[in-house]
Order: sequence, then C-alpha cells, then structure tokens
Amino acid sequence: MQLTLGPLMFHWKPDLIQDFYARIADEAPIDRVVLGEVVCSKRLPFYEALIPEIAERLARAGKEVVLASLGLVTLKRERAMLSDLVEAGFAVEVNDLTMMRYLAKNQKFTVGPLVNVYNTGTLDWLIARGASHICLPPELPIETIATLADHGTRAGAGIEVWAYGRLPLAISGRCYHARLAGRSKDSCLFVCEEDMDGLAVDTLDDQKFLAINGVQTLSESRANMVGDVAAIDGAGVTSLRLSPHSEDMVHVAQTFRAACDGNISAGEALAMLAERAVSPRYSNGFMFGKTGADWSHSQIN
Amino acid sequence: MTMLELVCPAGTPASLRAAVEAGADTVYCGFADETNARNFPGLNFSREEMAAGIEYAHERGTKVLVAINTFPQAGNEALWHRAVADAHTVGADAVILADIGLLAYTAKHHGDLRRHLSVQAAAANPDVINFYAEEFGVKRVVLPRVLSVPEIAAINREIDTETEVFVFGGLCVMEEGRCSLSSYATGQSPNMNGVCSPASHVVYEQSGDELVSKLGEFTIDKVGQDAPAPYPTLCKGCFSAGARTGHVFEDAISLDAASLIPQMAKAGVTALKIEGRQRSRAYVAAVVCSFRQAVKACAAGQSIPPSALAKLSEGQDNTLGAYRKTWR
Amino acid sequence: MSSSPSPIPRLPSAIRMLARPLPLPILALVMNRLARQMVRRHPSLFTRLGTHAGKCFQIDPVDLPFVFHVFPMPEAPRITLHRRGRAGPWDGRIAGSLAALVGMIHGAYDGDALFFSRDIVLEGDTAAVLALRNAIDDSELDLFEEFLAALGPVGRYVKPGMQPLLGQLQKRTGVALRRAEFTS
Repeated sequence: MQLTLGPLMFHWKPDLIQDFYARIADEAPIDRVVLGEVVCSKRLPFYEALIPEIAERLARAGKEVVLASLGLVTLKRERAMLSDLVEAGFAVEVNDLTMMRYLAKNQKFTVGPLVNVYNTGTLDWLIARGASHICLPPELPIETIATLADHGTRAGAGIEVWAYGRLPLAISGRCYHARLAGRSKDSCLFVCEEDMDGLAVDTLDDQKFLAINGVQTLSESRANMVGDVAAIDGAGVTSLRLSPHSEDMVHVAQTFRAACDGNISAGEALAMLAERAVSPRYSNGFMFGKTGADWSHSQIN
Repeated sequence: MTMLELVCPAGTPASLRAAVEAGADTVYCGFADETNARNFPGLNFSREEMAAGIEYAHERGTKVLVAINTFPQAGNEALWHRAVADAHTVGADAVILADIGLLAYTAKHHGDLRRHLSVQAAAANPDVINFYAEEFGVKRVVLPRVLSVPEIAAINREIDTETEVFVFGGLCVMEEGRCSLSSYATGQSPNMNGVCSPASHVVYEQSGDELVSKLGEFTIDKVGQDAPAPYPTLCKGCFSAGARTGHVFEDAISLDAASLIPQMAKAGVTALKIEGRQRSRAYVAAVVCSFRQAVKACAAGQSIPPSALAKLSEGQDNTLGAYRKTWR
Repeated sequence: MSSSPSPIPRLPSAIRMLARPLPLPILALVMNRLARQMVRRHPSLFTRLGTHAGKCFQIDPVDLPFVFHVFPMPEAPRITLHRRGRAGPWDGRIAGSLAALVGMIHGAYDGDALFFSRDIVLEGDTAAVLALRNAIDDSELDLFEEFLAALGPVGRYVKPGMQPLLGQLQKRTGVALRRAEFTS
C-alpha cells in the first residue's frame, strides 16, 4: 500500500508551507506528494515561487511529486495556470476536466478526488486517455471501491482512496469565509488564512457538522481509515490519501505506514492517532457506514 | 431579437401537459429511478408514460429532453445504458447527461441521439465545454450556477456549443455534481442517488414556538411561527461559524432571473431553463406562463413584465444568484 | 392562481357548525365507495405510491371537526373518519384548511408553496407524504366529477342542476371545488 500526501487545501503562510514540506521530505514515510492550489486561485501567488524548490527537495528525498490542477476553473487567469502546470515538468493531477484540454496527447496524468469517477465506463475512458493513478471521490462505499479497484488495477492504473483528513464535500463560486466576514470574494482580504484547518460550522443545537475553507466546504470530522486499512487493502486499493492539516502529519503518516505494514494493530493505530489528535471527531461512514458522518470505531472517541 | 427557447420541468405526465399547454418550447423529464437527479417519491415517468408524454408534446410542436444525469453506479452501469436506449427508442429529442463514461457510451452506441451536458457535469469555462463537444459530440451545455452574465457572454464567444441557463427555481449554491453534503448527512447524494437532502431523512419537530427542521441527525434550521417554513436543504440551513450565527452558505431563497432575460439573449444564450421537476402542475403552469410572457416581451424588444412568482419560491423570496458578481 | 397574494380562506363558521353533527359512519361509507372507484378510474395514482401505498395517511382539514385516515392500498383502499383527537396512529400527516387541501388536490395551489407559507403542515413520514402529494397531483382529480361518477347513471342527470350550486358554494367558501384548468 502506497501513501499519498494530498495537496494542502488551506491558506497557510508561505514560511509555514516551506517548513511543513521540508519535514515531510525528511521524515514522513510518504510515497507521493501532490503539490499546488486546488481550492482558490487567489491564494497561489503567495507561495507559487516556493513550489519548484519544494518539489525538488521532495524529489531528492525520493518522493514522487505531482502538481495539482485547480478544482473549479472559471477565469482566464485560472486557465492560464493550467497551461503553466503542463510546462513545469512534473506529473499533473487533474482536479477538473478543464485540465484535459491542456495535456498533450498521450501525456500520462493522475486524477484527483474532485473528478467524478463513479463507474467502470468513466474509469476506462480516463485510463485510455493516459490516467495512471486515480483517487476516487470520497463518497463512494467500500463495495463500489472494490469494483473500481479491481477494474482499474487490471487496466494498469493505481486506485487511491481518501484515508485521512476533513472530507472535501463541496466547492462553490461563492467564498463563505468572505461572506461570513461581510465581504465579497473579490475583496476577501484573505480572511481564510486565520483558520489553518478551516472554520467549523456547527448546527443550532451545537452539533459539530461542517467546516468552511474559502469556496470549499469540508466535513468537520476528519475522515480516518487507519483502523480499516485491512478492509481497504482487501478491496484492491493501491494507495491511501492523507490530507494535510495543522497537526503533526509526520506522526499521521508514520501511523498509517505502520498499520499498512501490519506492524501495529488497528486498535493501536487508532489509539496512536487519537492520543495526539487536535480534533477528537473522526468519520469513516462514506466507506463503512450509513452516512458519511458515521464512525464505526466509537470505542476510540 | 431572437426568441429564446423555454425549457420547462415535468415531474409527472400531468405536469408535462401543463407545461406544454402553458407554452413551453421544450420539456425535460426523467425515468422513475436513480438515473435522474430528481429521483423523488411519487415522481417521474415509466417507459409507457414517457412514450405517451413525448407523443403528446410532439403533436403540439414541443420537444422533450430526457435527463439521465446521475453518475452510473459501478457494477450497475446497465441501468443507465438501458435508460439511454429507451429514451432513444421513445423518440426523445435529446438526452441530458453528466458522466463521461455514459457520454462515451451514448456517443458510441446512439450516435444520432442528441446529447446535452447536464449542469451536474459542472462545465464552467470554454475549455471544458469544447472538451465535451469534441470528445462526445455535446451540442448544448447547461451552465453551472456559479457564473456571472459577462462570464456567460465570454464563454459563448469561445464555443460553438449552445448554452442553456437557469432562470427560475431552486438554487444550488455549490457547484452541481460536485457536492456530497447530502450523503455526508444522509448517505444519499445527488450524484449517486439523484436526491439531495432526501425527504426520507427529513424530520420536522415543533419545539415550543419554533419549528425545527432536521436532516438525518443534524439540525438544519429553526424558525418562529411567522417565518416561512424551511425545507431542510443542507446549504440553505442556519448554522453558527466562529462568532456568527446565520445562513452561512445561502438564505432560504430561490432564483428569479426574469429581469435578466434581455442580457442573457445578448450574451448569446440559446435556452432558458426553469427548475422544479419536484413541484406540482400548478407551479409548472404558473411559472411557464409567466416566463412565456417574458420571453415574448424580450423578443419584441419590450420591457420584461414584473414577475409575481415569489409565493412559489422557497423562502418566498428571490435572488439573481451568481449572475450578479457580488453574490460571490 | 397560487401566485396571487390572497390568503387562503377558512370555512365560514356557519358551515363548520353544520359539519359538526354529520354522521361519520355514513360519510365513511361514501368515502370508501369513492376510494374503490378511484382505483378503477385512476390506477396510476396507486402505482405511483409504490411501497408507500401500504401506509396510513392522516388528512386533517383543520376547519372541519374530523380527520380522514387514508389507506391507499390498490387491492383494498380504505378511508376512515375520526373526530379530531380520537384518531389512531398514522405514518404521515397533512394538515391545513379545507380550502388549501382541496385546492391542492384540484391543482389550484402548489403543495411546496403551501408548505413554505405554512398553509399546510407536514408531519411524520415526509417521503410518504410527498409521494401521496405527487401521485394526487399527477391524477388531475376533480372531486366533483368523482362524486358524480360515484352516483352512477344518476350522476349525469344531476350534474346540470348541481353545477350552479357548486359555483355558489365555491364563491361562499373560497374553496376551489373544481379542478383548475391551465391554458396559456
């Protein structure tokens, strides 16, 4: 089982980003790192210049580096970002099919979880066009994942699932951070940078529910499949995606690595993550429950 | 000015007839299963009803589009393939599709069946629209509700594909086809099951003077006696974030862009779409009638008559949504 | 039309008084005859309900002294009447003024709009209630026609005499007593 570190979804300060990836390069047992801006094109200029340096450092540390394309593309400037990606010389993760127009014929690419891959027809089409590695949408149940993993791996593509971190549930034209601050998206003043893991959205009965991150809506709970790696491996999945948060991601990666390698039990792995958790709320319901918010290892939290 | 095509919803054969009688150019509907994005209880068409509905519409010069706009379930793709084949057989004027696997299948096996791209495909710029046109022969794209009018005009300058835009009805705040809020709370999603915030998971509770609406376990809204009753659509709920409490994503509000029809025509839009296959024939008749007048007025160069449809709207209030840039 | 801002009327109190002593068993007999006839005249109403046909729906016209319990099983449809407060359990419930409920059945009002404006209240199994509402909406029922049909051949003879009466009653009560017709 491989481990992929997904793209950073939040708006962190550039020096934090640099430190974060330096530690990942040096210490985290991660096979593949996806770098770049998926959520909001306005954030990219803050750290764009750092990307080549970070990418090189990760590559030197033996990680496969993939550059992420933007999740929702509407502006001319955003389309230009996509053509820049192709020229950077790294593999590209497609997060919106707009990217397909910019890839050279027969250029290999990977597919991110925001692209709707729900069935074998779509899988076949993408693989025929050069997809070598596909992260499935987070809302799929384990039975569907097994069907797609079997089909995809036979056709020569790696199949990845969302294994750790707040779930990306929706993307919008509207910026909710700006709306909450009484501003519009165009004059947001980057208020989203105050929330390193997004801002929690609770119900009127104080239930923890969602989190906003600019134009993105996430789950408040962190998806956490560390107790389910055996079932996921059994379904034929080849890679797990861990999504960066402000907590110690090296510890998260090490725990997943140990669980995947069978060096610790599911219970031990869950306890190791819970012990150092910033947020005690986990979910694994999209794969294993009735609703996405469900958590089947309730003895842990 | 050219007359814009009015594309109207029908959740039942009675609504289809009401839409045709009220002056729809085109009616869209779906089969009674998870192949379409309004898979609601008691709604939609059997194969026989679809055949009869299309015959009724065609006799009166109205087109019928069949929405097969959910994402086929792995291992069960045949259900979606049959829906496309049956729509073809009963004489649908086009199918409305979202999934690239299903688009590829339809282009290959039903090449002469016209293909429209559903809003669920979330095609929001000229590059991706041209991609769908070149790869799958898509002739029309329903634009996602994240674009302003100038952006729509700019898109039309760079594509040959027809565009269809929503002008009335329920308003998705999130980009359609890329939202799992509903399955996070209920296990059922627009993409997989053709439902959002499904009625089967809705609970209303009277708590003192307040009406509490819940979806699954989650409280979505609480309103006092005099406020309009809220259907617990997730993205229209009242929540608290940081120090603020309110409608974090969007108010309980619907789209009414009748006043923008002349601008839509100038922006090169081909067709105007009314949302509401889950609504009654009374809604369909009233809204179609009102928009028929508006489209006629626009084509004649007259001003658009003020609409009196607020009562029919969720929250009993209307917005221009993303068509106005400040909405973002 | 439902887009007009006029509030939906309540039954005048005189009519409410008249309704109070109505013998429920006899009313129930008439209702059951109507229900069985609907299966023949509107079979798709029942197929549309699907699995929800086996449920009990309480229809509560809040300005009448009684409520209806509808069991829409196509093989044995049944309607029972109960004094309010003395009815048994139900799966889904729609409550509203008689004008709102009959107006919705007749296509004069949109069900969602009545719900948003609080003219009707939904409770219990929301999916079942929506299925019933959608099935009824598709059936384009005209309760007057149903009533005449229930009278058999007699219906044809009494229709011309009853139509002006119905018009009067509609005017007095504000209830849409006939199906709404839509034309552009």
